Amino acid sequence: MPETPAPLLAVENLKVHFAIRAGVFQQRIGEVKAVDGVSFSIDAGETLGLVGESGCGKSTTGLALMGLVKPTDGNIALRGAEDVTQMRSVPKSHRRRMQIIFQDPFSSLNPRQRVRDIIRAPLDIHGIGTMEERRAEVAKLISLVGLRPDQADNFPHQFSGGQRQRIGIARALALKPDIIVCDEPVSALDVSVQAQILNLLADLQKELGLSYLFISHDLGVVEHVSHRVAVMYLGKIVETGTKKAIFSKPLHPYSELLLRSAPSHDPHNRHRFSAVSDDIPSATRKPAGCAFHTRCPLATDICRQVEPALEQKADGHSAACHHR
Amino acid sequence: MENRASEAKQPVLSVSDLNVEILGENGSFPVVSEMSLSVHAGETVCIVGESGCGKSMTALSLLRLLPESARVASGSIRIHGEDFLAMDQRHVEDFRGDRIAMIFQEPLTALNPVLTIGEQIAESVRQHRKTGRRDAFARAVKCLELVQMPDPARRARQYPHELSGGMRQRAMIALALACEPKIIIADEPTTALDVTVQAQILGLISDLQQRLGAAQILITHDLGVVAEIADRVIVMYAGRRVEECSVYELFDNPIHPYTIGLMGAVPHKSETGAASERLTDIPGTVPPLWDLPKGCAFAPRCPGASARCMEERPPFIEKKPGHFAACWEHDHA
Repeated sequence: MPETPAPLLAVENLKVHFAIRAGVFQQRIGEVKAVDGVSFSIDAGETLGLVGESGCGKSTTGLALMGLVKPTDGNIALRGAEDVTQMRSVPKSHRRRMQIIFQDPFSSLNPRQRVRDIIRAPLDIHGIGTMEERRAEVAKLISLVGLRPDQADNFPHQFSGGQRQRIGIARALALKPDIIVCDEPVSALDVSVQAQILNLLADLQKELGLSYLFISHDLGVVEHVSHRVAVMYLGKIVETGTKKAIFSKPLHPYSELLLRSAPSHDPHNRHRFSAVSDDIPSATRKPAGCAFHTRCPLATDICRQVEPALEQKADGHSAACHHR
Repeated sequence: MENRASEAKQPVLSVSDLNVEILGENGSFPVVSEMSLSVHAGETVCIVGESGCGKSMTALSLLRLLPESARVASGSIRIHGEDFLAMDQRHVEDFRGDRIAMIFQEPLTALNPVLTIGEQIAESVRQHRKTGRRDAFARAVKCLELVQMPDPARRARQYPHELSGGMRQRAMIALALACEPKIIIADEPTTALDVTVQAQILGLISDLQQRLGAAQILITHDLGVVAEIADRVIVMYAGRRVEECSVYELFDNPIHPYTIGLMGAVPHKSETGAASERLTDIPGTVPPLWDLPKGCAFAPRCPGASARCMEERPPFIEKKPGHFAACWEHDHA
């Protein structure tokens, strides 16, 4: 294989720890390791799906990439630029190349701004173009995401959830970024509208060559949009590989559990789920050893004591499990 | 409207021609129109639709729990043959929790934060059965055991905030089942849960259904949940039924373009295992209920809409034995 060039975005050993404070003096009594040593890379034009359940640290990972929470440790480097994690503030040159679409299209838009001002804001902040050029750019963006030009003067409350998400996408596109972090962009939307937004994101990727970090808890959506997938559990990536590998031959027992738990969409072929509750830990009380061992059918003594490392098990397919 | 062939077995719950309206500042508008349904013992009927289609309003009216701003304009709800809408408040309270119970979507807001789980369940038991405090509490622990709550005796003494989301939903189900109601209404019972926990709760609901033989109405927006749990399905759009049939018929031969659209819009594995390239989206958005189009409410978004669809509302009729739909164009197809 020829020497591969550096990936567009390389994240190494990213850690985000939050302090737990209590008492009058807000003393530090512990910490939550929301993201605990996550590494991945994204290439140009690629979608990496980051999937996991609530509290696994997938959204915090996205926020850390954007500089919206400060990483405790690690390396975040865009191709041809320096690592930003140790800088006091993330430089504009980094922000310009990476943008984010939020989950909730209701709280992520300023209700007192008109749509054209919302979309223009990134251009103003980064001082791109003249006023005239900015206006033209905003008009272009509005039609690019499928809104009508006459809606530019409206306020966010005049739009439906799907339309608002389009506004959020237009805002993210304004700076012509290389990568967009999509943090559960469709989970607040109805299915029929969800499909519109997923199709729009796919079209934009083709047209503009964008890369996505697509964060979602919905396996169906992740399978649909991703090229590669990383599965997170309690702050760590437990398995990563191509979409095909993860969805047809998952290695980690947690990935298997996730896939097994998704409803079938076929009444002839029901899952017959078990009603038994298992011991689900959280980031604040993380089990020792492999964090998944409390729920794992394969768990043995070594799992309770030694944390498995993410190792390559097949070409481009890695898992963190002692038994696979 | 008489849609259903008369069945030999008496349904536990039957709703006919229910109309619910919201009283707005500028007059009232309908949120549920001409809703009819019946559920038999041991049967699960799923009502599926997107936000604003009237599915939750239907559920609330079945328990007479509509908010102040809404009211039942006409129609009837019969529970075990008794007219539920004509009942006085005291009777309604006797029925609620005893004959008909509800599982809400968000257990954290539906449960009382200042009472322990056990006290809340015991309260419902004491309301409907002549038992003492101690016996009622013992029964609460039994109920928690029934819903496979881990360590039920200890959990009964805990407050809702001390439980995880999945355990809270189990507590909620235990509360609903405390008096062994014959009808259970579940409004999006797994929507707020993680997928692995959703699987457990769906498993639990179908287990209990089989054990208790209750009639169940499950409201959801998720066709995956429908496929897992339903016997019969009602698809709603803009306050009306657009399709109703058995779950197998719905997934094998859907008739209404909205149902077909919904199925294409959900990303999921196809039979070949290959995820499709592009989702078939439904263009546009759901029309506001106060400004519905004149003809079929779905016509403006429908790929096969004709001039007639824009002008006249299609009746909800039996297209094939046991398969009802409201669509003009299907007749030509």
